[in-house]
Amino acid sequence: MATEITTPNPAVDGGELIRFDNVTKRFGTNTVLDNLDFTVASGKHVTLIGPSGSGKTTILRLLMTLLRPEEGTITVDGDYLTHESKNGKLIPAGEKHTREVRKKIGMVFQQFNLFPNMRVLRNVTEAPVHVLGMGKEEAEERARGLLDLVGLGDKCDAYPTQLSGGQQQRVAIARALAMRPQVLLLDEVTSALDPELVAGVLDVLRDLAHTTDITMLCVTHEMNFARDISDDVLMFDAGRVIESGPPEKIFSDPEHERTREFLSAVL
Amino acid sequence: MTWDWDVAKDFLPELLDGLLITLQATALGSVLAFALGLVWAMALRSPTRFVRWPVGVFVEFIRNTPLLVQLFFFYWVLPTWDIKFSALTTGVVALGLHYSTYIAEVYRAGIDGVPVGQWEAATALSLPRGRTWFMVILPQAIRRVVPALGNYVIAMLKDSPMIALIGVTDMLQNARSEGATSFQYIEPYTMVGIAFILISYPASLLMRALERRLGH
Repeated sequence: MATEITTPNPAVDGGELIRFDNVTKRFGTNTVLDNLDFTVASGKHVTLIGPSGSGKTTILRLLMTLLRPEEGTITVDGDYLTHESKNGKLIPAGEKHTREVRKKIGMVFQQFNLFPNMRVLRNVTEAPVHVLGMGKEEAEERARGLLDLVGLGDKCDAYPTQLSGGQQQRVAIARALAMRPQVLLLDEVTSALDPELVAGVLDVLRDLAHTTDITMLCVTHEMNFARDISDDVLMFDAGRVIESGPPEKIFSDPEHERTREFLSAVL
Repeated sequence: MTWDWDVAKDFLPELLDGLLITLQATALGSVLAFALGLVWAMALRSPTRFVRWPVGVFVEFIRNTPLLVQLFFFYWVLPTWDIKFSALTTGVVALGLHYSTYIAEVYRAGIDGVPVGQWEAATALSLPRGRTWFMVILPQAIRRVVPALGNYVIAMLKDSPMIALIGVTDMLQNARSEGATSFQYIEPYTMVGIAFILISYPASLLMRALERRLGH
C-alpha cells in the first residue's frame, strides 16, 4: 500500500523534507509568523498545536502557496518553494517553478472544497489527468482504489452535495492522495464536521499514517488524534514555536507554562 | 379610426418575416454578448493591470453611452474606415457589444459568489489556470446567474427595434414600411407590440421560475 500512494524518494528518506528559514508573514501590521525556523523530516507526522491566531494554519497556507512570505525561504525536498536561484541570486519564483515544487504537496481543507459541479470520481481524477498527464483509465482505476481506501467505493457517481460532511472530507483526502504527494497538509480537517462524523475521517487518516510513508503536517484540535499519529508536536504561540517534542512528552509533561495553560483548556 | 382585419391579414406575412429577423438579431446579439462579456469579466480579474485598466475604461465607456449612438456610429463611421458590414451584422455587433458590458457585471457577481475555497483547492491541486476557470469556477459562477443573463436577453429583445433605424427589416421596420405605403398604422404597430408581449412575457415567467429553481 505504501508505495502505491506516495512517491518515496530514497535520497531524502528520513532526511529533511520541509524547511522554513527565517520565515516572516505579516497581514498589514499584524505579524503572524516571526522569523520562524523549523524542519520536518521525510516520513514524519508532525502536529501543530496552539491557540487560534498563533499562526498554525498560516504555515500550511504558506506551504500550499496560498500565501507568500514577506521574508525568509521555504524549501521542499531541497527546492525553494517561492524562490528560484538565478545567477547565484535568489529571486521570487515564477509560476512554473512554484507549480513543480508544489506538486509534492497535497492539502485537505477544513471546508472540504470539493468541486460541486463534478461527480466524486471526477473530483479525484481531474488533477491526475490534467496536471500529471495520467491516462483517463489509469486515473479512474487509481481513483476507485483510493475511494475504496476511504470507504467510499460506492459513491463514485454521486455529486459532493449528496454526501455527508464526513464523506465529503474523505473524498477530499482521496483527491489529495491521487496526486501522489510526498507531504499531506491537514488543516483542521474535522472542525467543520458534526461530532458523529469525526471518527470516520480520523480513522482514515490514522490508517494512512500507520500504513504509508507519507509525511503529514496537521493542524488539529483533536488532541487524542494528535497523540495517536504524531511523531512530533510543535506548540505555537504568537508566531513562534515555544516547545516541541514527542507527543508523550508534550501532552504529559510540558515544560512551558503557555503549553500547560493551552492543554488544560483543550483537553 | 377602426381596426381593419384585412389590413392585419395583409401585414401578417411581413410581421412574421420581421419577427424572424428580430429573433435572429437577438439570438446572435446574445451569443456575442455572452462571449464578449466573459472576455471582459476575465480580463478585469487579470493579475496584470495593463490588461485590467484599458478593459475597465472601455467597458465603462460602452456601458455609459447610449446604444443608439453606438449603433449610428458603427453604421455611419465604420464604413468611412473601410470596415463594411451588412445592416443586420452592424446591428448584431452593436447590440452584442453594448450588452456585453452589462453581462460582464453579471459574470463578475457570479464569479465573486464562488467560494474562495474553490480557487484554493484548484491551486492545491496545481490545476492550470485555464482549467480552473473553465472547469471549476465558471460552471459554478454561471449557474448562479442564469436568470440574470436571461433577463438581459429579454431586455435586448426589447431594444432590438433600434436596428430598424439603420434599415434592418425587423418587425418595426416592416410596420413602418406598411404605414408609409398604405397609411394604415394602427394594425401594424399593434401587432408588433403584441408580438413582443407574446415572446417577452412568457420568457420573463420562465426566468422567474428558473430563479426559484436555482434557489435564489
